Amino acid sequence: MPERVEGVPAIEVQGLSKRFANEVVAVDDVSFSVPRGIVCALLGGNGAGKTTTLSMLLGLLLPSSGSIRILGEDMLRHRYRVLPRMGFTSPYVDLPQRLSVAQNLTVYARLYGVPQPARRLAELAEMLEIGGFMSKPYGALSAGQRTRVSLAKSLLNRPELLLMDEPTASLDPDSADRIRGCLREYQRASGATILLASHNMQEVERLCQQVLIMRRGRIVARGSPAELRHCYGRDSLEGVFLDIARAQESAPC
Amino acid sequence: MLNAAASFNRILAMMLRYTYLLRGSWPRILELIYWPTVQMILWGFINQFLVGQSAWLAQAAGLFIAAVLLWDVLFRAQLGVSLVFFEELYSRNLGHLFVSPLRPHELVMALLGISLVRTLIGVGAAALLAIVFYHYSIFDMGLYLLAFFVNLLVMGWAIGLLVVALVLRYGLGAESLAWVVIFAITPVSGVYYPVSVLPAWLQPVAQGLPASHVFEGMRAVLLEQRFPLDLFWYAVGLNIVYLAVGAGVFLYAFHVARRRGLLLHVGE
Repeated sequence: MPERVEGVPAIEVQGLSKRFANEVVAVDDVSFSVPRGIVCALLGGNGAGKTTTLSMLLGLLLPSSGSIRILGEDMLRHRYRVLPRMGFTSPYVDLPQRLSVAQNLTVYARLYGVPQPARRLAELAEMLEIGGFMSKPYGALSAGQRTRVSLAKSLLNRPELLLMDEPTASLDPDSADRIRGCLREYQRASGATILLASHNMQEVERLCQQVLIMRRGRIVARGSPAELRHCYGRDSLEGVFLDIARAQESAPC
Repeated sequence: MLNAAASFNRILAMMLRYTYLLRGSWPRILELIYWPTVQMILWGFINQFLVGQSAWLAQAAGLFIAAVLLWDVLFRAQLGVSLVFFEELYSRNLGHLFVSPLRPHELVMALLGISLVRTLIGVGAAALLAIVFYHYSIFDMGLYLLAFFVNLLVMGWAIGLLVVALVLRYGLGAESLAWVVIFAITPVSGVYYPVSVLPAWLQPVAQGLPASHVFEGMRAVLLEQRFPLDLFWYAVGLNIVYLAVGAGVFLYAFHVARRRGLLLHVGE
């Protein structure tokens, strides 16, 4: 079990850029850090660079330049030291459809080397209320059920850092609220850090202590939801988001 | 030592995933057995007919049946790697797999392992049915059969990894390669006839394939009751090169996929 180094940020990114072969610059000289034990949102319009940034943090995509330190480790050089301590969920990445929920989770528990996988599956089944469909094929589940299973997969290894791409996308308000409740509960109990990309501003205001807003591959605003509302003179984060998305010049603060 | 055990467990986890998939679908198991059996029956009849027409073939009654069964070892081994990897693409699962501690080489090992299982099921069933239908047992070749089997299996793995690498690089548009690539090398592999039948300019191509040495070896065992060690070692040497190239190209394609951001999108 790796030691937690207090004071070291969960995520530390310096000068991160991604330029694709077609010369499209998806992420442009981005630097930020996320302290341990908070929930941080990564916001931005479509094509702002959020998913590209998350992919680089996960090691799925190699950056063109810059450095990434996750939980104190250099992600580009020691990826496999960090991955067992991370979790990831996204509605755009599936689990095998023909395998049952229990089979899918068992395979991932073994991949992560989870001790006593059956007990961990039972804990997560209770926490995320997925016990009723553990024997169903993943492909037969509703969107809300899939999201909960995907979240269970990402929590199997009790991650210190959880990266989430639109965790409540396409969910009804009830299902979305349950997911948020589970996330809050996990974060409170474990002290984990959560970085989530979302388009749901209310969700971000409810869950997150820190917000990073991207536009055209750069971070153009950062702070707590209250700080951003104050800075932009808006009474909601949605207003801040719209100001930034539609602005031609740089942010006021 | 601890790392090796963890790595082994991850390979087993992936093999478990593929076994779940196979176990949960009887049409998949049937499909594994179907083509090798149909091929065996077809070539069995051809063999029966030609034994009465050819003194050469009469020396070894089951020559064509042995040839088709061994050829299917190569084909099933290649498909076992390629098709199982495609399952990951169809299910858009690569993004989850490669943010887990699974290393690319561990995925390769799991693919090779499940390919062995699928080949044994498919060709094994056809070989047993050959005993029932034609009273011909390929197992009579004994340990020589093991030498032929391993060489063809490894060549199939190498080609399978090359196909997977191409699909990783160019997307599922390239998946039909999995079905056609083997047939491109059949004519020069000497499956049903000696390599000497080929035009002189084509024979060096055949010599560069491990399969052609295996099938020459098979004919020597069945027709002349001798095992040519030199052909065996040629096949082994070539296979080492083929497998190294297959694995190397796959790992390079994986690196390119990470650079281009294909791991999240390749199944779409």
